[in-house]
This record gives sequence, structure tokens and C-alpha cells, in this order.
Amino acid sequence: MMQIETFKYDNQIVKSFAIATVLWSVVGMLVGLIIAVQLYVPALNLGIPYLTFSRLRPLHTNAVIFAFVGNGIFMGVYYSLQRLLKARMFSDFLSKLHFWSWQLIIVCAAISLPLGITTSKEYAELEWPIDILITLVWVVFAINLFGTIVKRREKHLYVAIWFYIATIVTVAVLHIVNSIELPVSFLKSYSAYAGVQDALVQWWYGHNAVAFFLTTPYLGLMYYFMPKAANRPIYSYRLSIIHFWALIFLYIWAGPHHLLYSALPDWAQSLGTVFSIMLIAPSWGGMINGLLTLRGAWDKLREDVVLKFMVVAITAYGMSTFEGPMMSLKNVNALAHFTDWVIAHVHIGALGWNGFLTFGILYWLIPRLWNTNLFSKKLANFHFWIGFLGIVVYASSMYWSALVQTLMWKQFTPQGLLQYPNFLETVLQIIPMYVIRSVGGLLYLTGVLVMVYNLIKTAKQGTFVADEEAQAPPMIKEPIKYKKGLGHRWIESRPLQFTLLAAVAILIGGIVEMIPTFLVKTNIPTIASVKPYTPLELQGRDLYIREGCLGCHSQMIRPFRTEVERYGEYSKAGEYVYDHPFLWGSKRTGPDLMREGKKYPNSWHYYHMNDPRLMSPGSIMPPFPWLSENVLDISSTEKKISVMRKLGVPYPDGFEAVANEELKKQADTIALDLTNAGIVVDSDKEIIAMIAYLQRLGTDIKAKKQ
Amino acid sequence: MSVIVVLILFSIMVAGGFLVAFIWAVKSGQYDDKYTPSVRMLFDDKEKTILNEKTNKTNS
Repeated sequence: MMQIETFKYDNQIVKSFAIATVLWSVVGMLVGLIIAVQLYVPALNLGIPYLTFSRLRPLHTNAVIFAFVGNGIFMGVYYSLQRLLKARMFSDFLSKLHFWSWQLIIVCAAISLPLGITTSKEYAELEWPIDILITLVWVVFAINLFGTIVKRREKHLYVAIWFYIATIVTVAVLHIVNSIELPVSFLKSYSAYAGVQDALVQWWYGHNAVAFFLTTPYLGLMYYFMPKAANRPIYSYRLSIIHFWALIFLYIWAGPHHLLYSALPDWAQSLGTVFSIMLIAPSWGGMINGLLTLRGAWDKLREDVVLKFMVVAITAYGMSTFEGPMMSLKNVNALAHFTDWVIAHVHIGALGWNGFLTFGILYWLIPRLWNTNLFSKKLANFHFWIGFLGIVVYASSMYWSALVQTLMWKQFTPQGLLQYPNFLETVLQIIPMYVIRSVGGLLYLTGVLVMVYNLIKTAKQGTFVADEEAQAPPMIKEPIKYKKGLGHRWIESRPLQFTLLAAVAILIGGIVEMIPTFLVKTNIPTIASVKPYTPLELQGRDLYIREGCLGCHSQMIRPFRTEVERYGEYSKAGEYVYDHPFLWGSKRTGPDLMREGKKYPNSWHYYHMNDPRLMSPGSIMPPFPWLSENVLDISSTEKKISVMRKLGVPYPDGFEAVANEELKKQADTIALDLTNAGIVVDSDKEIIAMIAYLQRLGTDIKAKKQ
Repeated sequence: MSVIVVLILFSIMVAGGFLVAFIWAVKSGQYDDKYTPSVRMLFDDKEKTILNEKTNKTNS
């Protein structure tokens, strides 16, 4: 009755993304291993600024998230979408453009981050020209995906496709809102938001990067590749519908759980906690649906290495999505935040969920693309077990180190003094755990290298078909049956309306949470003694950003007695009103620096930056000797002041003209002070600006007290 | 902090809206076919004979 159409699937684009996935997984994890070792061998940067821990850490996170997982998403989407919709991708040109420009973005990141070109906002470090490029590539991806949906032959949109759509819409919104910044130059910009507001926007983005880049697209992939690999339908199709809607609606609200006990208004913190707890339900809905797909067929696990990878991945997803809400409880967060617990948590997600699901998909997909069988099941099994062992070693060492350190931070003597007042003591205690962690990482990477060999061998023994022939009847247009209804069926068959609804659902969540903080002035109590940074301090602050200091040092003292005893008065929202961007940090590998100003003499900082172990024997901080050699670039001062004024920082009119004079005056004072301490250094060096900034930190309200 | 009242009202409105839509959808039978799509995706038009001999038989 119906004319069958013959068409061809584009396998070439899937192959390209698969190769990129494998390539970047090795790069991203290798960088991770290097920085893991640097934590106990600081000299491993070989004295090269570009290889310093603080600059490589964002490279590691970006490479794993956007290069490895990103390409993994596109590989899976381009394969499954065509088959689910019974149509070739909308445009081969857009597919190729998408592929090559995404790789270009990755290369730009790999160059700019070690150079210290960064916005400092976690997982959004890339500077504004690259941000624009990302937006454009995302639009290309969206056109290609929606175009394919429009020309599809299968009317029903399978559950995986909803997840892809939610990903595309939400990531676009998140990326644009969080990347609103005012350029100072081609490679430097300031965030449009300041302090608390910037923190809220950043973690609204940061958490949803986890949600909509590492979770929803991968759930989509799970809904396609898990049933395919098991050759069984998903456990419950109804559950998939319910948990999808619940997940995208709830996830967008959870961001503030990254800012518990911070200077963020209390109600926003509570909102984040409540929604994080509720997230257990839809998250576990996904896990249950994935695992129970194997109901009555668990014996397949014995034989099938693909299923082994997938089952561990889904289990890891279940564990992280239970642990995440638990960590969002304020009392648990009080212990876990700023420690290696967070590192353990994200690696259960990254190594377990994203890593193992990707490997499972690769072992399933590569033999199919090359029309052959897997080269070696034995090697794949070896990969599975060594990778699994790697995750266990990695996570347990990090949990151990987190518990030891956080308990040491909080331990008082019976007399009410800190038992371990020296932060370094708590670091030295956990160094063995850092060593064990890197062993876990090495095991995991070894497995990946074995996979690379196995996959290359597989491809070599088969023949790749770039255009795979397929047949399907064309789609029947406009069925009358569902036209009146407003139910799910109606949405499923109308991608445009569906996209709009999904966009509205996520936008409402974001707007409700953010707009009040912007508008209601009571949220940001202004403190009269808090003044804008001097030009020299501003330049120093940008060096702090360039070197990535916030990767290890927080600037946020929580209102606990332990922290107030250790670091000083707890942080107030009003202290950050001129901070574009905010630099609260999220991890304390070193101590908090909120009240660092005037704690030590200028000479201490000079010696410490040149060789941390001179002032703190055993310290694992990398040395920054180049700061004493490089001449500070002051050509940008004027522009920086004027951009800051545009963002609402009250520098007086015409201050630009005298900014560099002021800068030199302050630099001369510091240089003179250093000379008096027996240190000969020119006042035009970068170290002077860095010292100026560090000595300013947290002193504004100290001054008021005196 | 009057804004928190607005927030709660807003959240309840949105959440309630979704709940109503969902209940209505279930009651009006929108989710009747919640099985076929999950099986249909298992069948590809062209099976690789080396790999999926079993699937091929059921497919044709």
C-alpha cells in the first residue's frame, strides 16, 4: 500500500566523531594523570608555566567534558538519530562543519588554557571569541538535528530523541547566559555579573553542565544503545516519559547546592537543596529503567562485554545521583565541600557513567560500522576489569583523603583551639592518598589504551561502509486522531512545539531563581568600607586568574567556628560587589585566601611565590618564579578600568587617565618595602601586582573594625 | 524577603500545571501505546547477517 523509499545512513560522520572520542579520551585522561602526579611531585611542571597544575587542571576538565564526552555525545546522536528517524542527517555539509569546528574549539582550548587565557569560571573557562564559536557550532548542530526530525520517516519520536532535544535547548541557554561578559581585548573579558550574582549564575550553569551535557544526552544514548546491545526493549517506556519530564524540570533548580553556607542568600541555598533531594526520583527512574532492561536476561552479562560496561555505567550513574543529593544536604555539605569528596563524586560520574557507557557504545558500534566482529573479546574484558579496578582505587582513595582532611580541619583540642592550625599538616597527611589516586588513574588509562589497540585492530580487519543503505516507508502526514489532544502523543509528533515547551520549562526554573537576586537589593547588603580594587590590585587579580590560583584556593569563609578560627571573619555578600568574575573557588587543596591580606609581610609572599617550599616546607604548591621575571603589561589598565565602570564599579570619571600613575605609585611602595626586606626586584614586575592583590584580600572589613 | 513568597507561588503554579497536564494526559488515554515504540527501535531495516542472525529471522 505504501511506496517504500530507499535511502542511505551517513556512517562517515559517526566514524569521524568516534575517532575523535577515542583520541580525546586518551589526551584528557593523560592530562588528568599528569596533574594527579603533580599534586605530590610539584616539580613535574619542569619549571614551565604552561605545564603548571593550576593551568592544566581546567584543560583536563574541559578535555574530558567537552572533547571526550562531547564527541561521544555527537557520535552516539549521529548514529542513533538517523536510525530512529529512518532518515539521513539533514545536511552532510552541516555534519562536517559541526565535526571540524568542534575539533577547532577543542584545539583552541588546548592552546589558550595553558597560556592562561581563561575567564576562571569553572567548565566555562574559554574566553569570549571561543564562546561565540561554541554558540555558532551549537546552532549548526541544532539545525542539523531539527532538520533531520523534520524530514523523518518515523512519526514517533523515541525517548532518546527527547533527551537530545532537551540537551540542545538547555545547553544553548546555559552557555549564553553564563558567558555574558564584556571584552577588554581579544583574549580578555570580565563577567557581566559580580560576586554573589556571578556565583549563582556560574553554578546554575556549572551544575546544569553536569545535568545537560554529562547526563541527559548520555541517558538518551543509554535508551538507544542499551536495548540495542541487549536486544531487548527498554524496561518501561512509560517510566521513560515520566522520568524525562521530571528530570528536565527539576535539574535546572539544583545549582545553588554548590554554594551552601556561602554568602548566597539562604533561601536560594534551601531551594537548591530541596530540588536536589527531589532529583533522586527521576534520576533513579533512569537507572532502574536501564538496569531492568536486562530483567530475565542477566546471564547475558557473563558473555557480553558491552553489557558489562553498560551495567557498571548505569550503576555508577545511580550511585552518583544518590550521592549528589546527599552531598546537597547542608550538614553533609559542611563536611564534603572543598574536599576530595567532590573529586571522588565527579569521577564516579565521569569514569563510571560517562566513561564506561562510552566504552560500551564503542565496543558495540565499531564492529558494526566496519562490518566485522570485535578483534579481541579477551582484551575488552581486560579493559573492563582494569578500568573497574581503576575506578575503585581512585574513588576509595579520594573518599579516604576527604574524610581524613575534613575531620582534621574541624578538630578542636579540649581547650577549644584548632588541633591542626597549620593547613599544610592536613595536606601532608593525605599525600599517600594522592599517590594511590594516581595509580587508580593509571590503571584506568591503561585500559583505555588497550581499547584503542583493540578498536584499531577491529577496524583493520573489517571494511567500512560510509553510506549504509536502508529502506522505510515515508511518513504519513497529519493524522487526525491526535490533533485535538494536548497530551504527550501530540507533543511527540511536533518537534517544534515540543522544543518550545521544553525551553519554557527550563527557562521558568532559571528565571525564578536568578531574577530576584539581580533585582532585590536586600540580597546584597552594601558595606560602606568595601572599595573597588586599585589598578595594581586589579592587574594582580587578573594574574591570579591567569595562573588559575582558584583551582586550589577558595575565597569563601563559611560561618563555622572551625573556619572563622582558621581563616578569620566569615565572608559577607557585600564584600564581593566589585568582583567580576567572582573567585570563590570550589576546592581547598591549599588554604582559603579570603582574609589573606596583611596576614604576612610582602617579603613572605615574594619568597613564597618563587618557591613555596622555602616558606612552608613540604608544601605541594607549584612555584611561580616567572612572576618575578615577567614585566607587568600595563597597556591594558585604562581599558580594564573603563570596562569595570561600565559593569557598575564606581571608579571616578577620568580615572583611566591617572590609573597607570596610581599603579606605579603603589608598585613603587611595595618594591621599596621589598628592598627594605633585602629583596631586589623592579617595581614593574608581575609579582608586585600579585602581592598587591593578595595583600588587599579581605582587608576592607578588617579596616572598618580597627 | 517578600520575594520568597513570589518564588513559592511561582513554583507551585508551575509544578501544579505540570501535574494537572500529566494527570489529564493519563486519564484521556494519551499514553495508551507505551510499548510499541520501545520494541520498534530494536528492528533496523538492514541487519548485519554476521552479527544478528536471530534478529534477522524475527524481522523478516
